[in-house]
Amino acid sequence: MLTKRIIPCLDVKLGKEGGKVVKGVEFEDLKEAGNPVELSKRYNKDLADELVFLDITASSDNRKTMLDVVKKTSEEVFIPLTVGGGISSTEEIKKTLRAGADKVSINTAAVKDPNLLSKGARLFGSQCIVSAIDAKRRYEEKENKNLVEFEDGRKGWFEVYTYGGREPTGKDAIKWASEVEKKGAGEILLTSMDKDGKKSGYDIGLTKNVSENVNIPVIASGGGGNPQHFVEAFKKGKADACLAASIFHYKEYSIKNLKKELKENDINVRI
Amino acid sequence: MAKIAIIDYGLGNLRSVKKAIEKTTAKTEITDNNEKIRKADGIIIPGVGAFEDGIKNLSKYREEIYRAFENDKPVLGICLGMQLTLTKGYEGNKELKGLDIIQGEVISLPTQKKVPHIGWNSIKLTQNHPLLKGIGNGDYFYFVHSYYTNTASERDVLAECRYGINFPAVISRKNYVGVQFHPEKSGKKGIQLLKNFVEYCKS
Repeated sequence: MLTKRIIPCLDVKLGKEGGKVVKGVEFEDLKEAGNPVELSKRYNKDLADELVFLDITASSDNRKTMLDVVKKTSEEVFIPLTVGGGISSTEEIKKTLRAGADKVSINTAAVKDPNLLSKGARLFGSQCIVSAIDAKRRYEEKENKNLVEFEDGRKGWFEVYTYGGREPTGKDAIKWASEVEKKGAGEILLTSMDKDGKKSGYDIGLTKNVSENVNIPVIASGGGGNPQHFVEAFKKGKADACLAASIFHYKEYSIKNLKKELKENDINVRI
Repeated sequence: MAKIAIIDYGLGNLRSVKKAIEKTTAKTEITDNNEKIRKADGIIIPGVGAFEDGIKNLSKYREEIYRAFENDKPVLGICLGMQLTLTKGYEGNKELKGLDIIQGEVISLPTQKKVPHIGWNSIKLTQNHPLLKGIGNGDYFYFVHSYYTNTASERDVLAECRYGINFPAVISRKNYVGVQFHPEKSGKKGIQLLKNFVEYCKS
């Protein structure tokens, strides 16, 4: 039986010394969490199902350093590795895959030019094109938007953001998810900007609406703070995988213990 | 020490396959040179991506693969590399010819489940094989694919996987073995399988 995946995310800040993992609260106020290669090895031992590296500086100057980090990690860790942050051309996709990544995640560049997804899928296969969607709640009932009822009974929609959460696009996240599927993305990495870094639970409404609207796997991201949050994201949110950062970086929970709890809640995981 | 040639036909994350094989202490080289493929003790056909591009790019190495098959040299096909060894593949509206080492066809996974089939899934062994030493029923491997190999004969199937339907996870004929999952991405068990392949190449 196919298992639900637990994916630690490493937000990597690159500098001359190689790279450091940092974790922010709502995309700002970054805290340092360790060396990416060492942390990857630790997660691999702890039964992580995959790893995601996000280059949060996302500048072309740092691209080479990121590729070095990817190279070193893929020599030591034999589980799938997704790399994202600033990737904006098929040439960059190729370089990242050649460095040892199995998938690339693309957000801003795909919003600017959705054909990058189809080109990438045609050249390298859908399975390595992950569409990253950063979504933020808009408490307004607007026409032509997918309205969702939030926990407090109010209604609204989800707006897609680009440039690491700095730029609103006016796009409806649920519609955009269908569009990226049509363009050839093989997976969606769906981050709730409202929940990110808060450890108060995943955005179930966002996750469920996107997951039921597409026929490709959806990775829920943002808000995972305790095992019950993961249970909800899988059961109510219909997520295929859950991504989290702080909960693992600061050793609040081991992935193994989290998976044990998920298993006790009848969620099929790899132990 | 066994020498393993990984065929570079332009697709996939070959580096991970190489690094994973090196973990098993075998010597390995990513190569697009038929001479080197001929001299190796074992051959790996890696690959992710589309059948049409795959079979086109692999055609240059077709004769070497057939020669290895005839001479009982171990050959391992991984994911698309496995699929290309079937008789034919259907992609879009096209019917495409494969290597026909194993009879059968490559068709889409049914869409009542999400496709691609991505993630760790357990396998069920249906036959013994040296390549599956130390691997048990229910062990997990990492899959990522939208098509599967519908083999003509069950005798060619060593292990199955279930995702909506049962499909072959490991297939074999003579010295050839194909795996639908990615052993190079399947942690310890994956390395174990590659280690078994290297042993198989030595014997």
